[in-house]
Amino acid sequence: MFARVVWLILRKDFTVEVRSLEIAYTTLFFAISCVLVFAFALVQEGRAPEGGAAGILWIAIAFAGTLALGRTFERERQSETLRALLLAPAARPAVYVGKLLGIVALLTAAEIVLVPLVALLFQAPLLGRPFWLAVILLTGTVGFAAVGTLFAAMLVRARSRDVLLPVLLYPITVPVIIAGVRATAALLQPEVDAGIIRFWLALLVCFDVVFVTLALWTFEPLMTD
Amino acid sequence: MPKWFTPAAAICGLMFAVAPVLIANAPYESTMGLVQKIFYVHLPSAWMFLLAAIICGVASVRFLFRGDPRQDRLAWAAAELVVLFGVVTLVTGPLWARKAWGVWWQWDVRLTASLMGWMVAVAYLLLRRYGGPGSDKLAAGLALFGMANVPFVYISVNYWRTIHPTTNVVPTLPASFGLPLWFSAVTFLLLFVLLLRVRVRLEEQRARLDALYLSMDA
Repeated sequence: MFARVVWLILRKDFTVEVRSLEIAYTTLFFAISCVLVFAFALVQEGRAPEGGAAGILWIAIAFAGTLALGRTFERERQSETLRALLLAPAARPAVYVGKLLGIVALLTAAEIVLVPLVALLFQAPLLGRPFWLAVILLTGTVGFAAVGTLFAAMLVRARSRDVLLPVLLYPITVPVIIAGVRATAALLQPEVDAGIIRFWLALLVCFDVVFVTLALWTFEPLMTD
Repeated sequence: MPKWFTPAAAICGLMFAVAPVLIANAPYESTMGLVQKIFYVHLPSAWMFLLAAIICGVASVRFLFRGDPRQDRLAWAAAELVVLFGVVTLVTGPLWARKAWGVWWQWDVRLTASLMGWMVAVAYLLLRRYGGPGSDKLAAGLALFGMANVPFVYISVNYWRTIHPTTNVVPTLPASFGLPLWFSAVTFLLLFVLLLRVRVRLEEQRARLDALYLSMDA
């Protein structure tokens, strides 16, 4: 039952999104402009600053993620469909997980474009170890989106939600961003130290577990009027 | 105000007058000298910072699951104290670090985690102030995540190789250093309790005023 509700919500979001591709296109374009702004600001005379690529990749993901989160729930608010979703006889945590997977899928799509772009503009060997990079990006994205989905859903009813989402989201998710940046930076070293990567990955998994657990626990009371 | 408030405030004021004398009479630490005395302010305020974050989180959980408005007022008051004692901690820390480590700030795990905890409290207050109706619950959710940070701040120094002193320092402190420290800690705790009481009372009065306005309209 739980898995079925998750799947239905995921499919509903996907169907709505495929019709217009509004969020996918705007998020993607925003992420690309973000990276370009960094490239204009930091790449001088064709030389990228050393060790900047990992940070810029994660900043672009965080910024684009905030935008996508805001838009996803704005859509639910405009047509009052969030209320319908919460009225449905389905477990609230399942609604949350469905939304979370949708955001993770969207951000993964954005990352598929961002990684080669950052690798190209900042001359970083990001694609040298695709498996490790994928694992780091996925765990980091889940941690970021777990908090983001909860807060964006909560803020649907609040005033000045557009400003408040990043204000609430960044202080909480900074540990995830730090761990993601450090793990990615370790991956870019000429001599990869597997111990360091494993350490930051373990930390990312810890954050994922804590954040998802807290979010599942509080989603129900937070979304009840 | 409860009966104990005025005498407690007087004792607290007296203790704040005595504390500098005790701190001044404490022996000089052999390597850091005079600057080590910041410790007697830094550590108690850091404790109060973490205590306030825990109170804010626990009160928020109880508000979230039981809907008791008193817990919500307590959480709000505690969040303001997180910001207040956080500022004291984050200002005294760099003052000490400049002398002890040669730098004002280091992106060390405990420092980063403390700064994040402080920022979560600021975000909490911004949300309460500008979130509009319904923001009390949202803020409670945020406070819960802020509380999850507290054990991380505390244990971080023991697991990471950082330059911040570990939690082993206090239990092994000789009495000449320990006495002013514990005196200072009790003083800060008393101040903390007094401020919390005043702030909760203010919210209680506001709630009563709102209730009166509502009953007038009816």
